Amino acid sequence: MSEAVVNISERKRGPAARAGSATSAPLLKARGLCFDAGGHRLIDGIDLDIHPGRCTVIMGANGSGKSLLLRLLHGLLTPTAGEVLWQGQPLDATARQQQAMVFQRPVMLRRSVAANLRFALSVRGVRGSERKTREAETIALARLDALKDKPARVLSGGEQQRLAVARAMICTPRMLFLDEPTASLDPASTQAIEHMVQDARESGTTIIVVTHDAGQARRLGDDLIFLHGGRVAETGPVAEVLDHPSSEAAQAWLGGRLLVPSKP
Amino acid sequence: MESFSAILTEALGLILAWDPDVIEIIVLSLRVTLSAVAAACLIGFPLGAVIGAFRFPLRTGVIVAMNTMMGLPPVVVGLLVYLMLSAAGPLGVLGLLYTPTAMVVAQTILVTPIVAALTRQVIEDLYNEYSEQFTSLGVGPFDRVRALLWDARYSLLTVALAGFGRAVAEVGAVIIVGGNINHVTRVMTTTIALETSKGNLQLALALGMILLTIAVIVNGLLMAIRGTAARAAYV
Repeated sequence: MSEAVVNISERKRGPAARAGSATSAPLLKARGLCFDAGGHRLIDGIDLDIHPGRCTVIMGANGSGKSLLLRLLHGLLTPTAGEVLWQGQPLDATARQQQAMVFQRPVMLRRSVAANLRFALSVRGVRGSERKTREAETIALARLDALKDKPARVLSGGEQQRLAVARAMICTPRMLFLDEPTASLDPASTQAIEHMVQDARESGTTIIVVTHDAGQARRLGDDLIFLHGGRVAETGPVAEVLDHPSSEAAQAWLGGRLLVPSKP
Repeated sequence: MESFSAILTEALGLILAWDPDVIEIIVLSLRVTLSAVAAACLIGFPLGAVIGAFRFPLRTGVIVAMNTMMGLPPVVVGLLVYLMLSAAGPLGVLGLLYTPTAMVVAQTILVTPIVAALTRQVIEDLYNEYSEQFTSLGVGPFDRVRALLWDARYSLLTVALAGFGRAVAEVGAVIIVGGNINHVTRVMTTTIALETSKGNLQLALALGMILLTIAVIVNGLLMAIRGTAARAAYV
């Protein structure tokens, strides 16, 4: 079953609308996206358009399919049905090189902070002086100067996540996926991560972020997709969805009630 | 027969006297063993990494075969290498039989499956942790294997040590292909076997103690390295 196409830049609001345009062609599209596992349909016919420069927030209860949707959009999982299109073409490994993802639990290579960043650059074939320049700039941006020679895996959770965002951004992706990047982090670390995301946003990167934090959604997002039971329950500008949810699922969840998906 | 304490005293005397013959045997043992372990690591590390990091048809069969080969009987390996290198064998023209090189070949065949199978397990565990990140970053197959081997470097030291343990203690294969020729292919294990059969227990015991000491030193070094790596969360 397919939901109506969710054009997430169709209703712009305030300053956050500066980067995106509803008239521009979607950077990423999903059409009839479905994903089954263990005999269950976990993502059920999602259609959406993501326009360049926008920051889209995906919210929903645990188990609603947020992280799964992110992985499908980034091509880490193959959909059971439907397709993901990048600039109108099927998403492939080449297209994925224009994207980057930060996972909820950052994956740190068993190397120093600087070597983690160098690895991402070397994979993309960035060498020599350009690599040094980008490495130095990114370390400064992530405020990791004092830690650059430390083993990445001994950093605190917040520092590791900063490094993960920095590593994702060092190759200047056009689209950045963030899967609950500040879950379990203290406010200072959350603020540092959000600053990095806002910097990326201001440099034109299109962002899709999964979060449970309504405050973060307001601070970062332009548009909000509310998922329930693997389907889009509601979408629209962040403030509108958060302040005046129209779907029963969003009203229940935002009202603090337990949201149990109905059995198929 | 002399008492154990008398034999032990004489064995210690042989060690402390730094007997040139004993030194020659130790040096040859280490040369053969380290060469075989190095060759086995050169083959087994990338082989294990490829099997650990990629899915392909018959992969499970390959893993079962590799794990089975960890228990290869040394005398069977020795016999096969002997048949290959003997004058009538396909590689007889190389004239390698009864040389340290033949011993290295036999030990490499014995140690490679151990190194490859243990490497596969180490790399597969690490790959399960890294795979989504690698896919997201667009890491190609060659870079993937290289990165996994580098990041597993401290665990692979333990793998190499397991290979070293197998090789340094091995006697069946090297005695068949090396012939235990004095000053040519006589190593610690073959000397221990020979001298014990001759009743020269002092030399056998002295070499046995040296063999154990080498194992302790290698293990101690490895523990120290792994301890340092663990503090950096590299293992």
